[in-house]
Amino acid sequence: MNIQLRKFFYGDIPEGKEGGATVVQKHEPTIPLWEVFIRSKQGLDHKHAGSLHATDAKMAIENARDVYTRRMEGVSIWVVESKYIHASCPDDAEMLFDPANDKVYRHPTFYDLPDEVKYM
Amino acid sequence: MEQSNNLQEQIEMVMHLADNSLIMGHRLSEWTGHGPALEQDIALTNIALDLIGQARLFYQHAAHLLQMQDDKNCLTEDDLAYLRDAPEFKNFLLVELPNNDWGNTILKTFFFSCWQYFYYKSLLNSADEQLVAIAEKSLKEIAYHVRWSSEWVIRLGDGTPESHDKMQHAVWRLWPYTGELTADKPELLECWRQKVIEVFTEATFSTEEKAYMHKGGKQGIHTEHLGYLLAEMQFLQRAYPGCTW
Repeated sequence: MNIQLRKFFYGDIPEGKEGGATVVQKHEPTIPLWEVFIRSKQGLDHKHAGSLHATDAKMAIENARDVYTRRMEGVSIWVVESKYIHASCPDDAEMLFDPANDKVYRHPTFYDLPDEVKYM
Repeated sequence: MEQSNNLQEQIEMVMHLADNSLIMGHRLSEWTGHGPALEQDIALTNIALDLIGQARLFYQHAAHLLQMQDDKNCLTEDDLAYLRDAPEFKNFLLVELPNNDWGNTILKTFFFSCWQYFYYKSLLNSADEQLVAIAEKSLKEIAYHVRWSSEWVIRLGDGTPESHDKMQHAVWRLWPYTGELTADKPELLECWRQKVIEVFTEATFSTEEKAYMHKGGKQGIHTEHLGYLLAEMQFLQRAYPGCTW
């Protein structure tokens, strides 16, 4: 399948009303999307950092290393193909989350924590 | 007398390493903003930055050695990078070749990173402590460059007929420039070849045994491509000497 696209490049001076060059873009096979989780420090848990494209797990980890750990953000990487993530439905939000609103007693705020415990 | 000869040799070696890293890094930086996908764009730009970082360390060291050789010599790393002409550069011909397509760039990175890996390993036994420190730091980066480029050589070589074909052309194009890498370090040749054959086997390529090998980079005899590269890289310092921002 070929898609006709009108592309405007930075610096293009549109000629006439059409402007820009017409580029025929081939329909490329799509590269799967992956979700990336980074552990920033030993002992902490992996946190969602973002997503990226890769053809397999190996490539996903390499890409994640290059895209998400360039500024010393991580010591460990997890990747999972986005299609394997199941999400709650936004329509269910009221039913799922609102009932927790008035139940402060579920927060364990009644304990005195020693100063040495940093991540609770 | 012998000591000054040794110092001269050492300076030449450090400059050769610096030039290799700088020119390779500059070439790869040309991909910045043009990578086939955002992820690959960043990956290659990271590698380019690693290499330019290595080049800086080598140039700083070379400047120091030059000063040891002659008190009055006060060249800086910037002078060495931006104010020398093509014949004074002693990098391998391989690194100055144009990037061509993605596969060609990958293969060039692979050949070069493998050479760097084994060469820097041998530097760890050097008597020059500064050189050992630079090699140690760089090896971590290079180990990743080798891994990353190997994966891509395999992925493209063992990929679609088109990717294999493009990669095969890159092998034919670049192979004649690999002889120079190990020409005066025959003990590296075997390690380098083994790594290349290991990756090529998986990528379904064969190595050519008896190809004509280009040389001259280390003597300052370059391809026509280096001049254009330097013209772009050095333009600002040449046109506005001493300019900073």
